[in-house]
Formats: sequence, C-alpha cells, structure tokens
Amino acid sequence: MKPLEIAPSSRVPGAPVLEHPYGVPSPREATVVRRSARAWPLPGAASSMTPLADLYGTITPNGLVYERHHGGVPDIDPDQHRLAIHGLVRTPKLFTMDDLLRLPAQSSIHFLECSGNTGSEWNGPSGLPVQLTHGLLSCCEWTGVRLSTLLEEVGGVSALTRAQGGAWLLAEGADAAAMTRSLPLDRIIERALVVYAQNGERLRPENGYPLRLIVPGFEGNTNVKWLRRLKVVDAPLQTREETSKYTSLLANGTARQFVFEMDAKSVITRPSPGHRLTTHGYYPISGIAWSGRGTIRKVEVSTDGGASWRLARLDGVPGDRALTRFEADWRWDGAPAALLSRATDSTGYVQPTREQLVAARGLNSQYHYNAIQQWRVQADGEVRNA
Amino acid sequence: MRERRSLRNPLRIMPAARVAVVALIALAGCSLGQRDNRLDARNASAAHGVGTALTEADIAAWNIDVAPNGHGLPPGSGDVATGARVFAAKCAACHGAHGEGGLGDALVGGQGTLSSAKPKRTVGSYWPYATTLFDYIRRAMPYNAPESLSADEVYALSAFLLNQSGIVPADARLDAASLPRVAMPNRDGFVPDPRPGRL
Repeated sequence: MKPLEIAPSSRVPGAPVLEHPYGVPSPREATVVRRSARAWPLPGAASSMTPLADLYGTITPNGLVYERHHGGVPDIDPDQHRLAIHGLVRTPKLFTMDDLLRLPAQSSIHFLECSGNTGSEWNGPSGLPVQLTHGLLSCCEWTGVRLSTLLEEVGGVSALTRAQGGAWLLAEGADAAAMTRSLPLDRIIERALVVYAQNGERLRPENGYPLRLIVPGFEGNTNVKWLRRLKVVDAPLQTREETSKYTSLLANGTARQFVFEMDAKSVITRPSPGHRLTTHGYYPISGIAWSGRGTIRKVEVSTDGGASWRLARLDGVPGDRALTRFEADWRWDGAPAALLSRATDSTGYVQPTREQLVAARGLNSQYHYNAIQQWRVQADGEVRNA
Repeated sequence: MRERRSLRNPLRIMPAARVAVVALIALAGCSLGQRDNRLDARNASAAHGVGTALTEADIAAWNIDVAPNGHGLPPGSGDVATGARVFAAKCAACHGAHGEGGLGDALVGGQGTLSSAKPKRTVGSYWPYATTLFDYIRRAMPYNAPESLSADEVYALSAFLLNQSGIVPADARLDAASLPRVAMPNRDGFVPDPRPGRL
C-alpha cells in the first residue's frame, strides 16, 4: 500500500455556511434521483419512481418520494386552500390550513405504495432494476390531524349510514384531475390522517401540498393529494378511479373491485440489478419489507433460488404499515447465485410466489403484484433481473 | 380572525360539548364496535370548535360527485349528434376520431375481450355505471381544460360515447333521469376483494 497522503480538502477551508440555505445532496450523488419507467404521453399524468437501491434505513427523503399524478402538480396557495367536510355529518364545516394546524397533531411513519408497483413482473422477469420494478414505494413520517378528530369536529357521522351497511368517505383532490376515491369509513377511521407535513417539513408540492389524506396500508391512489373535500356518503360513488382503474381483471373476465390493502411484500435492494460484485467474500444482503395489514414478523432470504431459506435480521422494531429494513450475511464464492427474500407479516400472511399469484388472478389483473422477487448473480459478479 | 375566534370560544363551549356527546352516541350506536372505549376517551376532549359551518349552497361548486343512482346530476341534456361535434372539437385529438384511443385511453370497443389474453378495457366494455362517465368528464376532461364543459355538453358527450359503444341508440338524448338508467354491459362484472384468506 502507498503511504497515505494528506488530502487536498484538509489543506484549505471549505465552503461557508448558507451556501445552500435549503441543503442539497452532494453533487457526487447526482445519480440518486427519481426516474420514470417509460415516457408518458401526458407528462402530468405519469409516475416517477424512488431509487430504492441507493437508499438506507427506511425513511425516503422528501425529494425522492415517488410521484403519481393524474392531472399534473397544482400550485396551491395554502392561505387560500380549504378542506370541506360534509355529506352525512351533523355539522358540515370548512377548514383553513390554520384551522387544521390548531387541531391536535399526530406523527406516524407509514409506507406508501402504488398498487401498480412491480406490475412489470407479472409476465416474468422484466430485466429492469429495482428502482423501476419496486420504486412506486416510499416511506415517510407523516404529520397531521387524525381523520377521527376531524369527524368529531363536524359532529360525527349520521347513525343512518351505519344502519344501511356502513358509511363511505369520498376523498377529493384540488388538482386538475379532481381525483376522487370512495373509502369504507369503518376500515380507515382508526388510522387515517389528514396530513400537512412529511419527514418534518410541509408536504412537497408533488406529494400533495398543502394537504393530503394518508390511509396507512391502503393502495397509494387512495391517499388523495391536494385534499379539498371529504364527503360522508352511504355507498361508494363508483368513481373512475375505482371502476375503470384500480380494479383487478381476473382470467374469467370479472374484476375485483375495492382492493385496498397492500399485502406483505419484500425486495432485496443491495445487491440488485445494476450492481456488480467485485470480489469474492462477504456481502450483506440488504432489503426492505412491508405490509399494509400490520407489521413485518420475519423476512427469510435464499441465495439458491428458493431451495433453502434462512432468517434475515430485522433492523430495529418493525413499525405498523411501515418499511422494515432487513439484512442477512452472505459470502459470495464466485458461483452463480439466485437471491430471494420472503416476508411474513403480523397476520401470518406469507409473501407468495409469482406462480401462486398468477394461478389465483391470471395475467391481466395489473395491480397488487407482491410476489417474491429474484435477482440472479452471474459468475462475473453482475446482478440481473432475469 | 384567530383572535376573534378565541374571544368567541367561551360562548361556544356549551353547545360544542353538547355536539360532542351527540356525536359520541351516533358513533357508539353503530359499528365502531370494540373501539368504543378508546373513542370515549378521545371524545371527552373532542370538538375543539375549529372550522366554519358550511351550508350546501356554500359548497355547491365543489359538490360535483355523481352517484350511480343519479344523485348529483345537474339539470340539462344532450344528444348523440351534439356529442359527436363536441367530441371532434375537444376530445378526438387525444382519444381518436371515434374514441378508439391515442394519447388518451380507448373509450369504445373491446366488448367480449375481458376474458381474453388481450383484454380491452373501455367505457363500453368495462365501466359498470354510465354515471361515472358523466362524473369523470365533468371533473377531469378535457385534460387541458377540466371543468370547462357545460352540463349539456357533458350529457351530449356521454350520449355520443355510449352510442359509439352500441349501448344507446343514435337518437338518444340523455339527462339526469335517463343517464342512471343506461344498462352498461359490464354492470355485473365486478366482484368483491376476497382477501385476506385468499390470494
């Protein structure tokens, strides 16, 4: 080894404070950005994906949270923004942002996953890297007001709707798509938040500024951004986003509707396609696991294509409907390997294989693909989605 | 604004507290079930008197959702021929001259393909309710100018697209009474989520 020299950075003072009043990543990390899987015909009705292979721990930095918009990102003045809560409630009300900030706040860490995430793999390995197979997935600390608190502010939900089989909540955005989804109130009331902040700062415009709905564990589309209206109704409205889209077509031609929870899933982020192992010896296998129905109980890892499995370590205490980081020790001996991870959640649900999913749903159900993902390590060290 | 509210607060404590109790009864009396005790605890401090009361007239411009039974449909009507003209002027650039698709989704065709290897999901082949068509066009279309169409134009476009799909006749005129009665071919094509318990 050549003797160490004193680095140039140690010989001159560095940049002053406030060079970037709002900090930015090192220019050497310039490749760690969101990317789209394809060119979308209407750039405002499109998605971009989180660079999972370049992230650590479980929190997604705000500038890397995945995007899915249906009518572009609106420019909303928070002083003009209003949230209306009406329908089958006792006292319909309009809330300013100031009003919402005056109510008791709650912060919770939850993942958000588009139900179209990993749809690229329905027909088998796509060849794509993990950003483009699993990157419609992010995890933030969300801060806002509990939905139940807001419903108390409007005097509660009419008993009549309960008698009729349960109330539904229509959530609507203030964007050009005026995005709407109907949500079963009983299933979300204990957890849903109306949030104005993510990871300690106000929401980013592309993530719903100044206000959005967070429905922990439900498919991303239901977490309506730029939230302007919540209407309690006695039946779902059958909006375009819950009929034409976000329904899962089965092989027999019928389609599942109101498929909300994101089932347990995991993926190895390092090593993953695009990485190349440069030496034989120790490599940790690192990845993330999550479940829309609770916490992650365990993650198993295989390096031989699923012939044998062993437990991965979970990093920290798994959070409810949040990403959990797992890691497993591995020594690469230079032989081709096939790396897999398999999550089990607190309900006992075990992440399925692709074959099991296809047997149950066929090849055209599009959404809610959560199968075990395999990465192949070639003898030359290259990692591929094959 | 805030100061005025805080001055008014003492006057509002009693009514607000009464509302909270009523709300609690309404919630507890129905299906929040086993969580009642926790709701009790929360409701003890509920109803902070925040927010401004809202009437249905106040919210009319935002209250544009249309239910499958037609609730929410505005006055007005439109026919197939008018819809064809509006479509050519405002929709065809993205959806094709006949709704066959382009930059935007295909809107017609595809009937009988849903169980095939290449299903074509369109308004005609897949959408279970005609009311959804009105609701979505009114709130979100055309892409470059949403909420710019009149109620008559939206009824006319609905009539045109349903006619292109062979669902209503060429002389059809749709309004708040007739649109919810349109029988969509895939009305019974949807099933509930069987999870958890099944994949």
